[in-house]
Amino acid sequence: MARHPRQNGGPAQPPDRLPAQPPDRPPAQPPDRPPAPARPRWRLGAAALALPAWLALGLFFLLPLVLMLGVSGSQRGVYGGLQPIPDLAAYLRSGAFLASYRQSLQGLYLGIAWRSLWMAALTTGVCLAIGFPAAYALALHAPRRRKGLLLGLVVVPLWSSFLIRTYAWMFILRTEGLLNHLLLGTGLISRPLPLLYTGGAVMAGLVYGELPFMILPLYAALERLDRSLLEAAADLGASRAAVLRRVTVPLALPGIAAGVVLVFIPSLGQFVVSDLLGGAHTMLLGNLIQNQFAVARNQPFGAALAFELTAAVLLLLAAGTHLARRASPGEAGGRPAGWELL
Amino acid sequence: MTAVDAVSLAVREGELFSLLGPSGCGKTTLLRLVAGLEWPTSGQVWIGGRDVTRTPAHRRPVNLVFQHYALFPHLTVADNVAFGLRYLGPPRPRRSAAAARVAAALELVRLRGLDRRYPQELSGGERQRVALARALALEPQVLLLDEPLAALDQELRQAMQLEIKRLQRAVGITFLLVTHDQQEALALSDRVAVMSEGRIEQVGTPLEIFERPETAFVATFTGAANLWEAEVLGIAGHGRLRLRLADGLEVEMPAAGGAARAGDTVRLAVRPEKLTLRPPASPPGAVPPGAALAALPVTVEERIYQGTRTVWLVRDAAGGRRVVHRSNAGSPGGDLPEPDPQPGNPALLCWDPRHGVVLRR
Repeated sequence: MARHPRQNGGPAQPPDRLPAQPPDRPPAQPPDRPPAPARPRWRLGAAALALPAWLALGLFFLLPLVLMLGVSGSQRGVYGGLQPIPDLAAYLRSGAFLASYRQSLQGLYLGIAWRSLWMAALTTGVCLAIGFPAAYALALHAPRRRKGLLLGLVVVPLWSSFLIRTYAWMFILRTEGLLNHLLLGTGLISRPLPLLYTGGAVMAGLVYGELPFMILPLYAALERLDRSLLEAAADLGASRAAVLRRVTVPLALPGIAAGVVLVFIPSLGQFVVSDLLGGAHTMLLGNLIQNQFAVARNQPFGAALAFELTAAVLLLLAAGTHLARRASPGEAGGRPAGWELL
Repeated sequence: MTAVDAVSLAVREGELFSLLGPSGCGKTTLLRLVAGLEWPTSGQVWIGGRDVTRTPAHRRPVNLVFQHYALFPHLTVADNVAFGLRYLGPPRPRRSAAAARVAAALELVRLRGLDRRYPQELSGGERQRVALARALALEPQVLLLDEPLAALDQELRQAMQLEIKRLQRAVGITFLLVTHDQQEALALSDRVAVMSEGRIEQVGTPLEIFERPETAFVATFTGAANLWEAEVLGIAGHGRLRLRLADGLEVEMPAAGGAARAGDTVRLAVRPEKLTLRPPASPPGAVPPGAALAALPVTVEERIYQGTRTVWLVRDAAGGRRVVHRSNAGSPGGDLPEPDPQPGNPALLCWDPRHGVVLRR
């Protein structure tokens, strides 16, 4: 109510400008409708301004990709380097450049890829299940004064090295670790549980590491949610669950999509967590690729795997963007909320 | 913090009732208490003979039209209007019946052919109508409207005033409306409650509120008013008081609420349009016979021509500034009617004592 200046004094204004009849149709262009965005005009100045961005993109994204494509098509040398190719045309004609890609389709590697995909999906699901209530409480129920502090607590872990934080998990999970001590102390168990070097430990590490990247876009989406929409839904008869299902979640969908992408993609390429917290049978794609470069010294195979992973991620991203566009039909043309974080 | 304090209010079935007050007076809080979006620390809310104090918002037989409409941006106009229908009943309306109710509600607010649009694609007036349709589709016992016209521009606002009044007559539902605009409240309502600082100052018809304000706040908030301090000399019978104004003028006036005793100091209000200015030495014939006029010598300070009316600012002997309005209706041949006192000249400020109001302290 603070928006309305107190209307005091002054006698009643007679309604001396009544239109002949209530206007059924509004004016053709109501003032509160945003004008259609003008088409961008490409000029030299604008191109010059975009140059640094293009340079960075080319230097740090396209060039490595091209190099990797080249390496993935080569053959491994005897001592781990790349075999020189005497006749490029004959090499291409022989189809030998696809050898690494063919190798990657072997059952063993497909199994690892499938496990990675599955682990990443599970991590994303768990992060969403924990992150949504957390972001919801933070955005809609936390006292205004505490919001900054609480949001800071979500971000603070990112200030220290991910490697160190993953080592900390080793201390928590190992047989003489913190968690086993606690459980033994409370008498819940009589013998230490084997927690470290299991799939569960990898999951815990992944979820722990990725959770902030789920909470932040969700918070951004929920924070900008108009509270009166939630009140309106309740006023129209929707229970709390129905308000969540029919208003809160649909309107937070762009944020959910952003969080899913931000968590799913890094999880897919993770190798530190599975290396430190996982055992031999929790190898993920990330470990496999790292191994090709660091241990097996098979650069072409590693590059092929990495290239396939990049392609898969780009495809998923395109699909995600498409879904997010469809999910917010009202924002025609505009980027949905939350995507600016990408 | 207390937003609404010891308010007791009974709204009759089928009336258009307004809560009028400045921002921060608690009128919106009161509305939200009825809607179930705020909870009272003490007191009760009854709707249609049922105590709903502890009933959550989604189970109350009321619907609210939000100030900024709160239309769901991810739903079309038709889906917005249909939003609450599935929670009706039992029995819950069937799909075809629900569609018919959506169409009827949109028809009621004169919106056709926009079902497939999204709220962002509508003008302010159209959004307002969708918000009304969404609430009316549920046929609530009470329709609550929070500053329904504040977000519209002046021209649209007056058209929507008529529209809301028409709707209320058409559906016969009780409307409880919140506004800070006195003109809106007077024009729309069957009855008005004027609120100030979490309390109700006065409840009455627009005519009662405007013509017989009980407090200085009501007198000045509902329009311009000239206030005088006066001493009560005695009771004259028929509910009339004999008063002496600060500069010695003695008048007899009807007393509004509250008993006054001789010796009390009261405040007296007269609306500017009830005051007239006369030449200082009025010939006896200038005063219409039978009307005992109160007359106060004043000096004209300012004369402002406003088209439909002329406004004089005058100062009385005690130093108080008074405002006089006179309609310019019937000014012959493009000249203002006589008398037309000019700034710097003395005049007599006159009024019919029946037009003055003694305020409750």
